[in-house]
Amino acid sequence: MATETEKFVGTTRKVTAHLTQNEGLSFEKSAPGKKAYRLAALDVPAVDPKSLLGGAAREDAAELPELSEIEIIRHFTRLSTWNYAIDLGMYPLGSCTMKYNPRVNEFVSRLEGIAEAHPYQPEELSQGSLGIIRLLQKCLLEITGMEAITLQPAAGAHGEFTGILLARAYHTAKGNPRRNVIIPDSAHGTNPATAAICGYEVVNFKSNERGGIDVEALAQAVNEDTAALMLTNPSTIGVFENEIHRIADILHAKGALLYMDGANMNALCGKTRPGDFGVDVMHLNLHKTFSTPHGGGGPGSGPVACKGILEPFLPVPVVEEASDGQLHLNYERPQSVGRVRAFYGNFGMFVRALAYILANGPDGLRQTTEDAVLNANYIRKKLEDVYELPYSTPSMHEVVFSDRRQTRNGVKTGDIAKRLIDYGFHPYTVSFPLIVHGALMIEPTESESREELDLFIDAMRQIAREVEENPQIVLDAPHSTRVSRLDETTAARRPVLRWKKQGAGNRQ
Amino acid sequence: MRYLPKSDAERAAMLREIGASSIDDLFAIIPEEYRLTRDLAIPRQMGESEIVDHFKAAAAKNANGYASFLGAGVYRHYRPVLIDAIVQRGEFLTSYTPYQAEITQGTLQAIFEFQTMICELTGMDIANASMYDGSTAAPEAAMMAMRVTGRDGVVVARTVHPEYREVMRTYAQHREASSGHATEEIGYGDDGRIDLAALDAAVDEQTACVLVQSPNFFGVIEDIPAIAAIAQKKGALLVVAIAEAVSLGIVRPPVEADVVIMEAQSFGVAPSFGGPFCGVIAAKEKYVRQMPGRLVGETKDSQGRRGFVLTLSTREQHIRREKATSNICTNQALVALMATVFMTVYGKEGIKDLALQNLAKADYAAKTLGAGGKLLFPESPRFNEFVLRSEETAEQLNARLLEHKIIGGLPLHKWYPELGNASLWCATELTTRLQMDSAAEIVALIPAAAAA
Repeated sequence: MATETEKFVGTTRKVTAHLTQNEGLSFEKSAPGKKAYRLAALDVPAVDPKSLLGGAAREDAAELPELSEIEIIRHFTRLSTWNYAIDLGMYPLGSCTMKYNPRVNEFVSRLEGIAEAHPYQPEELSQGSLGIIRLLQKCLLEITGMEAITLQPAAGAHGEFTGILLARAYHTAKGNPRRNVIIPDSAHGTNPATAAICGYEVVNFKSNERGGIDVEALAQAVNEDTAALMLTNPSTIGVFENEIHRIADILHAKGALLYMDGANMNALCGKTRPGDFGVDVMHLNLHKTFSTPHGGGGPGSGPVACKGILEPFLPVPVVEEASDGQLHLNYERPQSVGRVRAFYGNFGMFVRALAYILANGPDGLRQTTEDAVLNANYIRKKLEDVYELPYSTPSMHEVVFSDRRQTRNGVKTGDIAKRLIDYGFHPYTVSFPLIVHGALMIEPTESESREELDLFIDAMRQIAREVEENPQIVLDAPHSTRVSRLDETTAARRPVLRWKKQGAGNRQ
Repeated sequence: MRYLPKSDAERAAMLREIGASSIDDLFAIIPEEYRLTRDLAIPRQMGESEIVDHFKAAAAKNANGYASFLGAGVYRHYRPVLIDAIVQRGEFLTSYTPYQAEITQGTLQAIFEFQTMICELTGMDIANASMYDGSTAAPEAAMMAMRVTGRDGVVVARTVHPEYREVMRTYAQHREASSGHATEEIGYGDDGRIDLAALDAAVDEQTACVLVQSPNFFGVIEDIPAIAAIAQKKGALLVVAIAEAVSLGIVRPPVEADVVIMEAQSFGVAPSFGGPFCGVIAAKEKYVRQMPGRLVGETKDSQGRRGFVLTLSTREQHIRREKATSNICTNQALVALMATVFMTVYGKEGIKDLALQNLAKADYAAKTLGAGGKLLFPESPRFNEFVLRSEETAEQLNARLLEHKIIGGLPLHKWYPELGNASLWCATELTTRLQMDSAAEIVALIPAAAAA
């Protein structure tokens, strides 16, 4: 009988444990009278809030923390060291495209004339900002092969919403908004949620044995009630729909539209264009394909590109160029779906995305796509003997394995993911897409060197061996983090969503 | 390409190991007719210095060296340098949504602090981890009220930011088409506040919520207790929008509201031509399961140590799909972090002091610029914005100011034609007395064209 010490425990080659600082909540460090600010001297007469505001004057003070500047820097710096980040290493989250976020993007977005631009500045004093919008639009139209575009949506899901509103307006203008939107069972959850918010019934569509669209079944499903098909291409298992044009033909024959979720555009840039293969409307995620930072969960930006038939319905305002080269915002668009956001969108993200496109040029974008696909296929080749590949169709920018072999030892995809943390990597995407049992969805992006990929592969192979020989170490992972697995059940059952002073309520 | 960490030899070696003869093998699944065989027609690859030059040239074509009196939902406040120092740390900047709690406690704890501070400022029990912005928080709050009440009528004040109302219309159009319940807009009285009698007449048993903004689009503070009484006696929720977050340092929070939506741009976020900003939804505790967006909660690990997790995710799209409370996926985490640092820097006393300076500056600006009876709604309490009415059009007035490198107030006739030649002005702690005096001097001049 093997003892503990004889069981296999992998060697972590990428990381070495080091100390991190403890840090409480800012409120817990607060003491009355400490300050981290000093206002400029007031150059106008002081006022009495009571006399100006009357009953609208605030009586109580909000309990914000009172700290000095050094404490604040330490507070947030300490917190930051508890995060994993792209800047620390590979972040193989499938479908999230965690690529390098170039620092020049950050630098140019902070140039004074750009950062300080007020959205209501007169047009003649906004030509720089409008020019950035205009050039980014042109580049994105060329990259997608589409004919018109809005940059207004604030994120991918917001772009989906805008795109389906365009489809709805298009059908309504033809006399009938139609009733349903077809969505494959491999789609992101935002797709059905979006269709529902836009007032459509969702027709869930089963993927075929290759994880793609069953074209014959689609021909049966599409009819005059179909407003659109929302298709992710490459699909969420990283496979290109090679019958894409037949799919488009089936939809178009019934007057329905092909919506493409552009989440996976990093597999296509410079190699093929959605506009050329029959897509009518699509969104892009500037925070995926075009390198704007994820920032711990936003801000994103979700431009929507479309064919000319949908152009009249784009949100207002649209940027137009006059014959003298001056740029204008046109609000006079009677068929527009309206605004989806105040002002013009997440402009700061446009600046970053354009900086990325300029840094790449046509050759750089193509090489980027090729490297992203190369990396995914390299991982696939190096791991397919130890993790089950549920679909043997060729992979594009991501590869999806199943935990079927590991579950024989009681280990699931979520456990392998947690063990990966001990090896110094962020986990891959767990349990998505839903069509794969116990999915391990791995998207390396182009940003990883061969050395980093080999370390990842090594970690995944060692974990596979641990699962065979020492599954408990995987089931108990992570072992190296500040906190171990957290009690999510209690968090949801008795939510504590804010700090309160001791004795002031819900703290134990 | 300098972002790509591979040599051609490494690429070739990797292809060999995969068993591919060339990179094209890996794209063979794309039907030949759709393969792009030419270069994209976009600008050629640039060096870093060329990129910087490109954007410097763009920046130079925007307003530089102007004094500005623009507000209207986007406010110029001083941004402490700590904010950029912290958010440019790669551990915050380049981290993902904190689904893997063990290695994202930094982001999670910061969001928990953000939620707490928003609750403290607004007087609400709970706040989410942020929304896209204030304008999109408005329809999300209206839909939340519909889920809570089971009703579908919405009553909104015309003193709410016009672009927020436009966004609400966009979200509501298909629902209104099927239910027949149009969103009802309520006008304002001579005091620049919502017409309470008209509101009372409009709210009925079909009303899911009343949505007002305070300080409203004119900078005037609404009578929240009176509005709450009207809404709630009919079982409707009161949603209060706050576009100027700094006001909460000195203006009474809308504690009677059921839901507060907020734009936190004022808390250390650059105007950036309109975004990215930071919306928030805060609410009474009993509505927690109808909240859209991400929520961070406190819990413990297996050894009893405190930790934070994303929680109540069964409301969300990745679990509920078409039955989710919202299709929202991202929040504005990094911008929420900026706001969190801002609130921490100013703290309990600083937020009051800052708001008081804004109050003083705007009061001085309103009195000097509004001299000679130009100030509208003069008797109403207001925060840092005010409406001026001029003899000439707002565009004519602004053209005269622009000659002196001053950007005047926002013309209002597009949204409020009944106000005539009105414009919306803003002064913050960054507006100097000299700027206000200079602008007032020009405003006071009777222009020849208007006088004739």
